[in-house]
Amino acid sequence: MIREITIGQYYDAESVIHRLDPRVKLVATLVYIISIFLVDNPVGYAFVAAFMIVMVGLSGVPVRYIVKGLRPIMIILFITVLFNMLLTPGRVLLSFWKINVTWEGIRIGFTMALRLVLLITGTSLMTLTTTPNNLTDAMERLLRPLTRLHVPVHEIAMMMSIALRFIPILLEETDIIMKAQMARGADFENGDLIKRAKALVPILVPLFISAFRRANDLAMAMEARCYRGGEGRTKMKPLVYARRDYVSYAITWCFLAGCVLIRIFL
Amino acid sequence: MGIITAKNLIYEYLRRDDEGNVCGKTRAVDCVDVDVRPGEFISILGHNGSGKSTLAKHINAILSPTEGEVCVDGLNTADPANTWEVRQRAGMVFQNPDNQIIGQLVEEDVGFGPENLGVPTPEIWERVNESLRLLGMLDFRMRSPNKLSGGQKQRVSIAGVLAMHPKCIILDEPTAMLDPNGRKEVIRAARALNDVEKITIVLITHYMEETIYSDKIIVMDKGHVAMQGTPKEIFSQVEKLQELRLNVPQVTLLAHELKKQGMPIPDCVLTRKELREAIKDAFKS
Repeated sequence: MIREITIGQYYDAESVIHRLDPRVKLVATLVYIISIFLVDNPVGYAFVAAFMIVMVGLSGVPVRYIVKGLRPIMIILFITVLFNMLLTPGRVLLSFWKINVTWEGIRIGFTMALRLVLLITGTSLMTLTTTPNNLTDAMERLLRPLTRLHVPVHEIAMMMSIALRFIPILLEETDIIMKAQMARGADFENGDLIKRAKALVPILVPLFISAFRRANDLAMAMEARCYRGGEGRTKMKPLVYARRDYVSYAITWCFLAGCVLIRIFL
Repeated sequence: MGIITAKNLIYEYLRRDDEGNVCGKTRAVDCVDVDVRPGEFISILGHNGSGKSTLAKHINAILSPTEGEVCVDGLNTADPANTWEVRQRAGMVFQNPDNQIIGQLVEEDVGFGPENLGVPTPEIWERVNESLRLLGMLDFRMRSPNKLSGGQKQRVSIAGVLAMHPKCIILDEPTAMLDPNGRKEVIRAARALNDVEKITIVLITHYMEETIYSDKIIVMDKGHVAMQGTPKEIFSQVEKLQELRLNVPQVTLLAHELKKQGMPIPDCVLTRKELREAIKDAFKS
């Protein structure tokens, strides 16, 4: 069950988007998120959605992959639409008992839903086309100015990449512990919510203990290989911009300008 | 002068009770003298708690001696100024293959050590290629370490150490968590590095079968060096080894028992082939 989580999953393919420098993709995604909340009329949404569709087309990621990523947020979408529909004051469209469905509610509800869909598809496109390692590298590089403010940027990036490396190992371990506890009669499937939550304690405690033990071992192994923080470290795979990256930056800024113009003039 | 020398090495740690109060001292390593010459293949044998891992951690400057001193390539490991130099010259491979691989791809993990040393990028790639080639892991370079077998993971770990260009490699029970095939794989890799690259190897293990090809065996018990010598010298003392709760290889044990029953078999038989020849000879005469 746990294995089905798709967040941060990488889809291996050969495409322009895959080959872009991760820094470009990170910046472009940020710009894209801003633009979603910048535009406020149908033309704007159409513009953003069109941009999004072109990007998906370029990325070579099958559409069903992206749709699959939307499945977990279906409930959130539904609740968003429902609450906005029922709780927004305005021109009444339908009325029964004490509940009024308003025109404004429907409009706001669907706008919010559309924004969420655009948000999730856009960000998941980034994670689908960038390996987690590249992503942490890009983050480390982009946040480097913050080291002047004594933010431990390298350490944070290192922690993230180690966390990513250990996710599958810890998942496997959770599986083993669950089976071990089930063999001793633990019941994870029956009972109410509180009972089920309580049943998780005998999984979490051993999992945490083993995670600490692993962390200890790993720290020792890293020190044994002369790891002493970011200073004086060289990179095996340094990030270098190519021409296509500059072009992509230009496209990104044009896109943002387009959104601003649509907002002002339409 | 040896590449690794320990003189009168003592390591003590404080025992604590449940509340964290000190309730005694334990000597994990007690007056140990070791001298390893460059290019040697040394095995350190001992059952659990014999102090063999503690000794290994001193060579890599992870632990500092309570008394006595350890020198690697002439550098005193107790001096903080030498720590990184020592760790570069004496690389260490640990027991659990999962807990020592940092990179998300095999090649990235091998590159981790050189990155830490500040090696320029093109040279990192050279070192990574060379190390992976020497350990026969070139085909796996783009794989995730999670998808490898135990033996392959340990080979990646060894490659990661090798890429730092150490003079000696300490393997701290590298086979304890592996299946028999993985064990053979790792030992073969260690022997090849010793033979071809002339890297000094210190193998810490409790499987005697793995030590038969080493130049010298040190048997540890309760923090002391209990026996020291060539495999032939060590394995000929079957009774003493059993006293130290070590499992003598089956072949050696069989030869020993046959000899006790009066068969004319030489004193120390280490491999199956030797035993076969010995039995043939015994029947001939």
